[in-house]
Amino acid sequence: MGNPMKIRAAVKDGVTEVKVLMQHDMETGLRKEADGTLVPAWFITEVKAQHQGRTVLEAQYGQSISKNPYLLFRFKGGAVGEKVTVSWTDNKGDTRTDEAAIAA
Amino acid sequence: MNTSNLTRMILVLALTASGSALAADTAASDSDKIEQYREMISDGNPADFDEMRGEELWKKAAGPKQASLEKCDLGKGPGVVKGAYAALPRYFKDTKMVQDLESRLLTCMTTLQGIPEEEITAKPFASDKKASDISSLASYVVGQSKGIKMAVSTRHPKEKEAFEIGRRIFNYRAGPYDFACSTCHATSDVRIRMQDLPNFHVKEDAQAAYTSWPAYRVSQGLTRSFQWRLNDCFRQQRFPEPKFASEVTVALTMYLAVSANGAEYVGPGLKR
Repeated sequence: MGNPMKIRAAVKDGVTEVKVLMQHDMETGLRKEADGTLVPAWFITEVKAQHQGRTVLEAQYGQSISKNPYLLFRFKGGAVGEKVTVSWTDNKGDTRTDEAAIAA
Repeated sequence: MNTSNLTRMILVLALTASGSALAADTAASDSDKIEQYREMISDGNPADFDEMRGEELWKKAAGPKQASLEKCDLGKGPGVVKGAYAALPRYFKDTKMVQDLESRLLTCMTTLQGIPEEEITAKPFASDKKASDISSLASYVVGQSKGIKMAVSTRHPKEKEAFEIGRRIFNYRAGPYDFACSTCHATSDVRIRMQDLPNFHVKEDAQAAYTSWPAYRVSQGLTRSFQWRLNDCFRQQRFPEPKFASEVTVALTMYLAVSANGAEYVGPGLKR
């Protein structure tokens, strides 16, 4: 299981803005150690966000995304107190899901 | 022409207009743009994760004595973390020394938890292989001073002495390159590559610089403590490596912290 994400969600005028900070090394597989050995690729491949069971965002991630990725997105709807769930899966099959309540 | 094409055209026109406006700007706009970039990324500062890690470590029983650091006195009484960093370094009666945050944490970890000093100071800085407990603890403590005004005292003779030593180190030219901190940090409007260098003789510069450390370094993917900052400054000057949390680093921190007095602490910051 990966490290926890930090999720903040706030609704304004019927649009919910979600800010997600993920904790992941995001190794490209191209970086070398001092002794020349390759650091194996290890990165998030899929990100999915749900609001009350409805998928509001699906993304494919890859090596070009930085370490500890930050994601901001908005979706229509959402009410204070409702839950937004974000999960990611990486190329090693590891996965992490966190949720946050929508604030005003 | 459909509407989407029209919107695209307007967008292109708008971009061209702003592009030429930018071209007319002076070099100052480059640092403005960096500032803008900082603002954009500061919203999701990964230093938060290091703060969280530090908080867990603070509360967890560890070391041979299986004690947490919740009785650690950072100057505001045992266990008080709130606002402690904004008043550090300071003189501590029990150790009879002026201590900065990390040297104080070192004292607490050795006395309360019974962890041998060498074990902590062998690798006091985080690397991409291994996180550093003392560095994460520092991230947690500084985060608890967010929004609090820097008020570092020089009333105690030892504090005054540390400040004076720090000031002299800041201006002391040495090493194979005849370098001093002041070589880079005593002139306004100079930069190294794209980074503006703070002039510590200017109050606002000193405040902005000091209150934004410790910080998450995007290029290293790590949260860096103030001891690391100084250690790297010494390295860049080609000075011998200073001992972790040694008197020389505390004195220099004292000088820099006092220069930042009056400013709101805003860290942990975010650097390129």
